[in-house]
Amino acid sequence: MDRKTQLTILAAAAAVALLAAVPVIGSRALVQDLFGVLTLLVLALNWNMLAGFSGLVSVGQQAFVGIGAYVMFACVILLGMDPLAGVLVGGLAAMALAVPMAAFAFRLNGAYFAIGTWVAADIVRLVTSQWQALGGGTGTSLPKGTTKEMIFVQPVKDLLGGSSAAAADAVTYWVALALAVAMLGISYGFLRSRMGLALQAVRDNVEAARSVGIDPLRLKAMVFLLTAFGTGLAGALIFIQITRVTPEAAFSVIDWTAFVIFVTVIGGIGTLPGPILGVAVFYALERLLADYGTAYLILLGLIGMGAMLFARRGLWGWIADRTGFDPLPLSHRPPAPPSFTDLSDPVTQRS
Amino acid sequence: MSILSLNSVSKSFGALKVTDDVSFDLAPGEALGIIGPNGAGKSTLFNLISGNLRPDQGAVLLDGHDVTGETPMQRCRRGIGRSFQIPQPFGHLSVYENLLVAAEFGGRVPGHDAPGLCMDILGRCGLAAQATAPAGSLPLLSRKRLELARAMATQPRVILLDEIAGGLTEGECVALVSTIRRIHDEGTAIIWIEHVLHALTSVVERLMVLNFGRMLMIGQPDEVMAAPEVKEIYLGIEA
Ligand SMILES: Nc1ncnc2c1ncn2[C@@H]1O[C@H](COP(=O)(O)OP(=O)(O)OP(=O)(O)O)[C@@H](O)[C@H]1O
Ligand SMILES: [Mg+2]
Repeated sequence: MDRKTQLTILAAAAAVALLAAVPVIGSRALVQDLFGVLTLLVLALNWNMLAGFSGLVSVGQQAFVGIGAYVMFACVILLGMDPLAGVLVGGLAAMALAVPMAAFAFRLNGAYFAIGTWVAADIVRLVTSQWQALGGGTGTSLPKGTTKEMIFVQPVKDLLGGSSAAAADAVTYWVALALAVAMLGISYGFLRSRMGLALQAVRDNVEAARSVGIDPLRLKAMVFLLTAFGTGLAGALIFIQITRVTPEAAFSVIDWTAFVIFVTVIGGIGTLPGPILGVAVFYALERLLADYGTAYLILLGLIGMGAMLFARRGLWGWIADRTGFDPLPLSHRPPAPPSFTDLSDPVTQRS
Repeated sequence: MSILSLNSVSKSFGALKVTDDVSFDLAPGEALGIIGPNGAGKSTLFNLISGNLRPDQGAVLLDGHDVTGETPMQRCRRGIGRSFQIPQPFGHLSVYENLLVAAEFGGRVPGHDAPGLCMDILGRCGLAAQATAPAGSLPLLSRKRLELARAMATQPRVILLDEIAGGLTEGECVALVSTIRRIHDEGTAIIWIEHVLHALTSVVERLMVLNFGRMLMIGQPDEVMAAPEVKEIYLGIEA
């Protein structure tokens, strides 16, 4: 690992430490805002892994958010489980849903894949709205006090003081932070591995990838299932904080896929830091233009269109191209060629 | 035993029969050249051997083992390496990474051996200076070299080369021929489709002529080139 990477990891660790301290030093409103940012980041990291690194442009990620949320609610309401345990089950349910979805959507290519995932997600929404035990089409709420009794909330309340509700916000916030950091670390490790390299080869040229001994289907299926897991976890976590679920909200293509696409495209699709930069821009615009209603969304849309037209690899690609700054390089550097002194004949040197 | 055999292989695209009842055997380490006019079905024959296309009839055997139903991935791992006539690089990966992934997957080269091996191949193909360049940024001639280098990285026992000498200067062509000779000397079997006849005949031991999907002739290069029916096809083209 070179100096630059070490410094980057150090800076990232400092940033994570600062973020981790927010519930202690910041306001509850800030905690809630940053919770939104972190969960959006998790969604964006997962979508970027699909579209940016695997060539799987899914427009159906809301299926995994929704199923994660609903299964978490089912765990709490029907089985009396702890919400955070429900998040884990929600993630696993999303991964299970990804199996039939992949079996269907992987038969399609390009635009048809995108549309296919969208249609599949909508079918899941319609089926879920028949789930009468969870309120059918009108949805349901978490029982009163659920989040206050959530694991870790009491000790956190004792530690920070303040209300149980604030402590519950802190707990979900830390889980979101941990999830984002884990996603980033796993993505980096995976993309640097031989499997990650093969995945990017598949993205660039499937036919050639097959011809150099790669199994594209296996790699894509693996990524599709794992990102469904990550997306389902994020979805379940988001709806702990919202405390109410409806089919429309949980399976919203705008909230859970369109925004995520914008954020990733603006920050830099197919780059690891891209989604981080994207959510930062999103959050900054939201703050700066909060007084002008949805103006920030219009501006966000315009920036997204600008990025698609003029900066194909987003802000991060633009910065990296101009400065050559790439703190977490995904590329494999070739070994240095042997220096000629090493190869020179010891006999002639002695003479 | 022959390393590669085709038994009565046929392939049609709609009404167009592009490969018509082709059979031949390739001995281990042998170099076979394929010539024929544009559209004769040469590249299609490669796709049938590598598994990118499935034949309508007939069988492809590797080491006497029927691989007709196997995917390109499986055939690559068994030892068939190929280049594409229209280069198909992994555009966002570096030139070096294009080889690395081929060596690790197709060639099953252990992780610690792969980097040295890839650099060696890049050197032999004249691409060492471009190792870190994105493959998508290479000009056409370098892309063709990359096709050869990447096929070599899969550690093939049979390498399929599809028109990699076109457009080279005289000096570059000589360098390419010596690179291919060395692959041959190391015991790799070669099938080489090439319009640059003098380069081809300076390497191959046998020559096949394809015309309208049919194998017109196969045999000693000088005998094949001297045959009247081959001269007829190549009238005015022969170098
Ligand atoms: N996928 C395909 N679908 C339909 N027709 C095809 C396909 N691939 C090739 N063909 C047709 O099959 C014929 C043989 O093509 P092929 O590429 O094998 O020729 P070739 O001998 O390699 O020619 P060249 O010297 O120009 O490379 C051509 O008429 C071509 O148009
Ligand atoms: Mg051809």
